[in-house]
Amino acid sequence: MSKEILVNVCMGTGGIAAGGVEVMEAFKAGFADAGMDASVEKHCAVHQVGCRGFCARDVLVDVAIDGNRATYQYIKPDMVPRIIEEHVKGGAPIAEWMVGDDYHSFHDRQVKVVLSDCGRINPEDIDEYISVDGYKAAARVLNEMSPADTVEAVKKSGLRGRGGAGFPTGVKWGFCAANKSDRKYIICNADEGDPGAFMDRSVIEGNPHAVIEGMTIGAYAIGADTGYVYIRAEYPLAVERLKKALADARAHGFLGQDIHGSGFNFDIKIKLGAGAFVCGEETALIASIEGERGMPRAKPPFPANKGLWGKPTVINNVETLANLPYIFRRGPEWFASLGSEKSKGTKVFALTGKIKNTGLIEVPMGIPLKEIIYDIGGGIEGDRLFKAVQTGGPSGGCITAEHIDLPVDYENLVKIGSMMGSGGMVVLDETDCMVNIAKFFLEFTQAESCGKCVPCRIGTKRLLEILTRITEGNGRPGDIELLLSLANDVKDASLCGLGMSAPNPVLSTIRYFRHEYEAHIHDKRCPAAVCRALITFMILDDKCKGCGVCLRACPAGAITGEKKKPHSIDRAKCVKCGACFDVCKFKAVLKE
Amino acid sequence: MINLTIDGKTISVSDGATVLEAARAAGIEIPTLCHDPRLKPYGGCRLCIVEIAGVPRPVTSCTTPATDGMTVTTSSERLFNLRRTVVELLLSDHPNDCMVCERAGDCSLQELAYFYGLRENRFWGERRRYPKQDMNPVIKRDMEKCVLCGKCVRVCDEVQGVGAIDLAYRGFGAKVCPPFEKDLDCEFCGQCVSICPTGALSGRMWAGKGRQKDVKETETVCPYCGCGCVLTLHTAGNRVIRVSSKVDTPNEGWLCPKGRFGYEFINRPDRLTTPLVRREKGGALEPASWDEALDLVAARLGAIKDAHGPDALGGLASARCTNEENYAFQKFFRAGIGTNNVDHCARY
Amino acid sequence: MTNSIAEIENNDALFVIGSNTTECHPIVALRMKKAARKGAKLIIADPRRIPLVKFATLWLRHRPGTDVALMNSIMHVILAEGLEDKNFIDSRTEGFEEFRKAIAQFTPEYGEKITGVPAADIVKAARTYAGAKNAGIYYTMGITQHSMGTNNVWSVANMALLTGNLGKESAGVNPLRGQNNVQGASDMACAPAVLPGYQKVADEAVRKKFEAVWGGALPAEPGLTATEMTDAIIGGRIKGLYIMGENPVISDPHMAHTLKALKKLDFLVVQDIFMTETAELADVVLPASSFAEKDGTFTNTERRVQRVRKAVDSPGDAKDDLSIIRAVAARAGYDLGPASAADVFREISALWPAMAGMTYRRLDSGGLQWPCPTDDHPGTPYLFKDVFPRGKGAFSPIPYIESKELPDEAYPFVLTTGRILFQYHTGTMTRRSDALEAVAPEPFIEISREDARRLGIADAGMLSVSSRRGSLQVKAMVTDRVAPGVVFMPFHYHEAAANVLTNDALDPVCKIPEAKVCAVRIEKTAEVAAGV
Ligand SMILES: Cc1cc2nc3c(=O)[nH]c(=O)nc-3n(C[C@H](O)[C@H](O)[C@H](O)COP(=O)(O)O)c2cc1C
Ligand code: SF4
Ligand code: SF4
Ligand code: FES
Repeated sequence: MSKEILVNVCMGTGGIAAGGVEVMEAFKAGFADAGMDASVEKHCAVHQVGCRGFCARDVLVDVAIDGNRATYQYIKPDMVPRIIEEHVKGGAPIAEWMVGDDYHSFHDRQVKVVLSDCGRINPEDIDEYISVDGYKAAARVLNEMSPADTVEAVKKSGLRGRGGAGFPTGVKWGFCAANKSDRKYIICNADEGDPGAFMDRSVIEGNPHAVIEGMTIGAYAIGADTGYVYIRAEYPLAVERLKKALADARAHGFLGQDIHGSGFNFDIKIKLGAGAFVCGEETALIASIEGERGMPRAKPPFPANKGLWGKPTVINNVETLANLPYIFRRGPEWFASLGSEKSKGTKVFALTGKIKNTGLIEVPMGIPLKEIIYDIGGGIEGDRLFKAVQTGGPSGGCITAEHIDLPVDYENLVKIGSMMGSGGMVVLDETDCMVNIAKFFLEFTQAESCGKCVPCRIGTKRLLEILTRITEGNGRPGDIELLLSLANDVKDASLCGLGMSAPNPVLSTIRYFRHEYEAHIHDKRCPAAVCRALITFMILDDKCKGCGVCLRACPAGAITGEKKKPHSIDRAKCVKCGACFDVCKFKAVLKE
Repeated sequence: MINLTIDGKTISVSDGATVLEAARAAGIEIPTLCHDPRLKPYGGCRLCIVEIAGVPRPVTSCTTPATDGMTVTTSSERLFNLRRTVVELLLSDHPNDCMVCERAGDCSLQELAYFYGLRENRFWGERRRYPKQDMNPVIKRDMEKCVLCGKCVRVCDEVQGVGAIDLAYRGFGAKVCPPFEKDLDCEFCGQCVSICPTGALSGRMWAGKGRQKDVKETETVCPYCGCGCVLTLHTAGNRVIRVSSKVDTPNEGWLCPKGRFGYEFINRPDRLTTPLVRREKGGALEPASWDEALDLVAARLGAIKDAHGPDALGGLASARCTNEENYAFQKFFRAGIGTNNVDHCARY
Repeated sequence: MTNSIAEIENNDALFVIGSNTTECHPIVALRMKKAARKGAKLIIADPRRIPLVKFATLWLRHRPGTDVALMNSIMHVILAEGLEDKNFIDSRTEGFEEFRKAIAQFTPEYGEKITGVPAADIVKAARTYAGAKNAGIYYTMGITQHSMGTNNVWSVANMALLTGNLGKESAGVNPLRGQNNVQGASDMACAPAVLPGYQKVADEAVRKKFEAVWGGALPAEPGLTATEMTDAIIGGRIKGLYIMGENPVISDPHMAHTLKALKKLDFLVVQDIFMTETAELADVVLPASSFAEKDGTFTNTERRVQRVRKAVDSPGDAKDDLSIIRAVAARAGYDLGPASAADVFREISALWPAMAGMTYRRLDSGGLQWPCPTDDHPGTPYLFKDVFPRGKGAFSPIPYIESKELPDEAYPFVLTTGRILFQYHTGTMTRRSDALEAVAPEPFIEISREDARRLGIADAGMLSVSSRRGSLQVKAMVTDRVAPGVVFMPFHYHEAAANVLTNDALDPVCKIPEAKVCAVRIEKTAEVAAGV
């Protein structure tokens, strides 16, 4: 027997949460019990790999025998013996546990650059990264290219910041490189505070060395000798892997003195963030590293001129930095060939909401939204009606059905009143109330406002109050205009990006769904039947079988009716909890 | 030197000057609330926003460095409306009890409300409530009136080097307070009080003594240590009710707790108000007329001088009296009595 | 001060010795903090961990009374490492050779033995101070209130001369004046050997000039200093005393001695705004005006003459001090001349060239720093730009002399005294200001944790403190501000007046008493009570 057996267990945060560690242990134990001796084990590897994006299906496991790979989904430890028995020993893959077509279509339309090694290599083993040409790009840059050439190459690649604003990375580096200073810094922004976003976490968990290599290239280009990774403390696994990666890189001479024998010195420190959204804003992040309250500072001066401790500083997002090794490995021209005219390369999105295939995806810039939703995402959950996609998280806006063919890139999203943001993509359907969605995001931003500037601190609070009263049925005529006027003032007058973009969800939902606002305010009606104060529950006589389930479920005693006869709801007593709606098997309860 | 254009005026300023400084140097007024030239720029209140040609959004003039060739507009309808919204928002979260506020007539927020004519407010809503009072003995902290300009926090850290207060919490609940919201326990220099634009911070002993419109101000010099800080005494009737200091003094307006809060002795009832004499050895000191007291002093000093010579007398002048008084005192001893036995307590 | 307060923030190095600046000169301290923030090196020499230590680059905790040894050894290092300013020494000083010999023995190791400051820190201080482009020295009573206080001041001057830190901006030798008008009272010659403007009484030409204006012959013999007067009273030579605005009972060292003297007087006049402990002993008490009730000028520690302006009327029959003195003089048959403060000021500026260019009008905008000899002179922010008054700056060879009273078995602690932020001097004014009194209502004695543990003393426990001159009871404050073996008391509080304990041994030259070092014994009151 000299089969080469390779088992990959998905061990991102999602994989681990679903039981990845136990599954891996089960494989190890299973092989040991099966008496696969040392000579066999030499060819049999149970790997831990980073996230491959399809977290909804975890634990995902690849079993490859002599290169023939099968992928299993939803694997639990107790399923492992059967896989070893039938597939590994018997050579017969277990079809019913394997991923289906949707898994493949989920992957096939994606183009992986940043994530290309995530899910393939063991993030805790530097040798695996080296084996896929890791650190070669940095070695070449440091030894063969001048800092100025390095900046030029990044400019040529067209890479733009993935942290939200999409500022051209090469240009930013160029500003910083032009400053003369005894010290400069490069900071990796791994704060990732958008609700529901986990792109950066996955990159660090899945391939921390790419981030380190990217930072090294950046440090060389601008002339920094110290780097910081500002990462939220709520990402323990990412922090742990990053720490190990840093130690391994140092041990290999990839960090520290005389890196890659080039004479260039550079090292990286980790700074844990306390998890405030605003600390992801670059000047607040700098303040936080300096030991002050994480509060933004006015720009200019920009960090590239006066950043950390007053020294020129470049701040880049995790994904931005993780792109760099690939850009330098395959050339800026290659990178520039991906994507649309002004937005090059790929973008990682966290696809969530009312969509069948939720997960992490990487797509080329400029891909039409429709492909993301229907081809990769597999369409709307329950095949309901698509309503909109919210991009850019709390700072963004929505893309509606009328724009479903829109190529997704920086310019187009801004044009229709949304933004790329860090890559959140929430799919909404007919059961989502847009006023409520706006309110949800405002709740987040107003709570996360640092409080420094007036428009954001009080303005977002007032926006939220107005939205709240609209959803509670207390909206007043003129509220839409008031929202628009205040939202625009907050946008124009706030200090930092948080306040500037916080009104976006309001503006965007009013722009595309004004009628929903009007229905709430004037007709006291929530068209999606979400806002509790505005919905009524009714029992349809013709559908009601008089089974009495709803009567028993109602906590308020609002339902009356004789057995086998249509029941009815006393509106005065109804607390609108929706229990009747949920329990009725005959769809006899109407929510309106 | 940097040359820029503000509202059509060409202005030259030195390197490093902000747009606000440039405008003020040219006599162009821009409203501010969180700015103080003695502190680092902050950019929190957003009132000082201006438009700069080529920059899409308004920027805060207090934080933006002037650059060569810059074209700045400090007033426009858009700026006016934005500034008014900012003030309106501040007022929507303010007790608006100017009727009984210590600072009425001397409050930046009140001035702004007046300037923008804000009687109505489109944004009435929840207002911060802080029922718990800070019980420190010196500074009254009424944080419902705080506009979070951060000046007190910055002066305490940047100037005084104490850092007794900081911003805590986020969003609408953000609040200036000592660590763990304990009562303030600090150097009580009152720098924060002096710099607060609203009635949020005041001297506890100021309460109810009189508001700015009834007050007469007199500039003088502190009676305590040798720093020689210039004080402004605020008087109502014949009482000193408050002490402050102006920014353009050698002490830059900063004072210590003694200079700022140690003035109450002036109006104490136990001040000496009449001469006292001890009419017999071992007897008590009893009130007397000036005539009696002065005659007694002249007679007794004269008698000692006659009997034992001028050097049997001595005079101790005061490091707390004025130059003129000390001069007269030693002149009296030297030229009037004829002794050099005159000293003061420079040695203690 | 040779320099100005505003210049402090541009010092490259500051050497602060014997000055608890944040508490005693808070606004000067603001500039020091600003200097430190701007990158200046701040060296502090103080037996106590004063609040300014928080901002310091280097803190030297020397034993009380060893200032000369500390400075001599710092200067030893400066010379040994060749860090002195040779140009300045050659061109602007004299007496260098004798001085060099005098400090030869003060190696840092020797300095460490006397002062308790690690030799390495002495070296560091020397390099920092001498290495700075502009270095200023700041001191107060912490080095002057000693039996060798004059020596301490000369040592300070030696340091500045050695490194050329005199006669330029943001450097210099800067005594910080403790009271608002000590500078003015000295300028105005409330001192026994000089006439206004430091013009010597012994100089006949000077006397003639003053006699011409004042009328009558002036005595040529210098008189007695305040502390000498106390002895002269006890010795029966002085029989009558006139005290204006001072409270020596509380402020002077060795209270028992002061009380004895004041009680022995045939006649005591006290002119004040409150019934002070001293006024209570007077035969006549004259009610005066507070600063807020009169016009005049004060001269601050940077020689800045500033206007005092009347804001309110005096209460009752109280009068301003100038009117009172004039009235007393008139009844004694002497016409003091001008009646208004403005006219008195005119007479002063006519007699003292350094103030000749000052008028009330000119003082209205921010005051002027003397010397200001002419109408258009802008005043003088820093002194000795090109020359010293006596030509060359003289080095003084200063030997190290121990304090008069050192701890022994019976009195094992060194007591040092000083001020706190919230009270002032004898408390006459501050203790009548509710806010201040509420923050710092009672006296205390600082004692180190080690000593407190050893003696079983709890924080806020009552202690009995005694010296050879007296004893008192006071609450303990257990703290790491003081070193073991040292205790500290503020002198503001009459209920536990530190000067009951202090030593009135005098400095031989300027007759300053040794308030900063004496030996005391400390017991818990319970123990004392048991004995009674
Ligand atoms: C409120 C707010 C939160 C932000 N949070 C993040 C974040 O979590 N991660 C990030 O990379 N950028 C974040 N940004 C953007 C950063 O300020 C900055 O633009 C980015 O790190 C620059 O990197 P890039 O040029 O590589 O995109 C945030 C911005 C704002 C205004
Ligand atoms: S916009 Fe919001 S988060 Fe940004 S500085 Fe202003 S208050 Fe803080
Ligand atoms: S208390 Fe006053 S100074 Fe401090 S932040 Fe509030 S308004 Fe500003
Ligand atoms: S004054 Fe500029 S933002 Fe407040």
